Amino acid sequence: MLEQILYPALAIGAIGLFFGIMLALASIIFKVEKDERIDKIAEILPGANCGGCGYAGCSAFAQAIVDNGARISKCNLMTEEKSKQIAEIMGVKAGKIIKKVAIVGCNGTCDKCGNKCETYGIEDCYTASQLGTGPKNCEYGCMGLGSCVRACPENAITIIDGVANVDEDKCIGCGKCASTCPKKLIQIVPDKRIAIVKCASKDKGIIVKNYCSAGCIGCKICEKKCPKQAITVNDDLAKVDYEACVGCGICATACPKGIITMINVQSKQ
Amino acid sequence: MDYLKEFLSLAVLGVLVENFVLVKFYGICPFLGVSKKTNTALGMGMAVTFVMVLASILTWIVQKYVLIPLNVEYLQTLSFILLIAALVQFVEMFVAKTVPSLYNALGIYLPLITTNCAVLGVTLINVQRQYTLFQTISFSFWSAIGFTLSIVLFAGVREKLETSNIPKYLKGFPIALITAGLMAMAFLGFQGLNF
Repeated sequence: MLEQILYPALAIGAIGLFFGIMLALASIIFKVEKDERIDKIAEILPGANCGGCGYAGCSAFAQAIVDNGARISKCNLMTEEKSKQIAEIMGVKAGKIIKKVAIVGCNGTCDKCGNKCETYGIEDCYTASQLGTGPKNCEYGCMGLGSCVRACPENAITIIDGVANVDEDKCIGCGKCASTCPKKLIQIVPDKRIAIVKCASKDKGIIVKNYCSAGCIGCKICEKKCPKQAITVNDDLAKVDYEACVGCGICATACPKGIITMINVQSKQ
Repeated sequence: MDYLKEFLSLAVLGVLVENFVLVKFYGICPFLGVSKKTNTALGMGMAVTFVMVLASILTWIVQKYVLIPLNVEYLQTLSFILLIAALVQFVEMFVAKTVPSLYNALGIYLPLITTNCAVLGVTLINVQRQYTLFQTISFSFWSAIGFTLSIVLFAGVREKLETSNIPKYLKGFPIALITAGLMAMAFLGFQGLNF
């Protein structure tokens, strides 16, 4: 009786102990020396681990800064002061940091673009978009199920009339919503006076008209009117070059569908 | 000569007749997860080969010199999982120190192998069939090669699929699963081969 309990316990215990000691020893013998700058930079970084920079977290980003010279500006929460500190550690000169903000590239509210079916079950954009192309008539448009609302750490997003809206004052530009959106509708753009296109449909104009009254038909009026050649129309969809855009607003008034809108209208260029 | 014959017959068995992924359906997770590019698929295959051979040698020793003498063979699954997990941890540390480039190339795949049922599967099969040490090593080596072969072939097909014109609703995982099913059917043709 004793043997039947004692032996198995001893056997597993001994194997476990043996490997435990072996691993403990190995972790000392095979210790990899880490660059101390990585820890210093990781302390300065926000520590939110939002993943907006494209790396696994703040410590992974710090490692990339040291090892591969990743650009500090990739961090959407970076301030001038912090970038100076990091630049000092790395021994380089700090560049200028432009604040960023999220925008939603869809204008298709309930009255403009209807649904082809109803969604039941969990309210999640990714799940819904896996079934066919989602409940909305437009396969590119915002389904309004609010995955971005739940992803936002600052509660800056609300669903108004079936489409997500970003409160620009609350938005910190972390980019979590942009990576959550299965339709890739949310973009992170420079927080200055620029034109944005509130449509993502790549269908031909005649097809877009069938399902949405606020869809880009690829008429190219904006492309022709833009004084800075900042707008191009590809795949029947207008696209703004945010670097080149000076925020004159000519495109916004010229657009026959009213899809192009200006953000930061009050701010001076 | 006997050894060579055994080695080759286990090769046919491990790679074709009992292909781990396509016939026995072990290790489906990495098969679908790490098969988007041929390079990463090959890396994963190499990592699995390495761990499988090492793990089966160690489990054979534990089985013969610990579990059987104590008459506690029913602890196989438990102790083998323990052993594989510890082994993968150890290998990870070792590779990180000695060959950093290989460590970066394997990246996330190495820890993934810890919970890979293909590795546990091969060790349990070796024990159940009462293989000798030589048979154990050759069978686990060849079945790992079989795993590598199928995952690399699959990755090749998936690379071609990326650029081909697939119906919208079948893009991504659906077509990958259909492809895997067709490949499994093809491998059914090897059933009955034996030497």
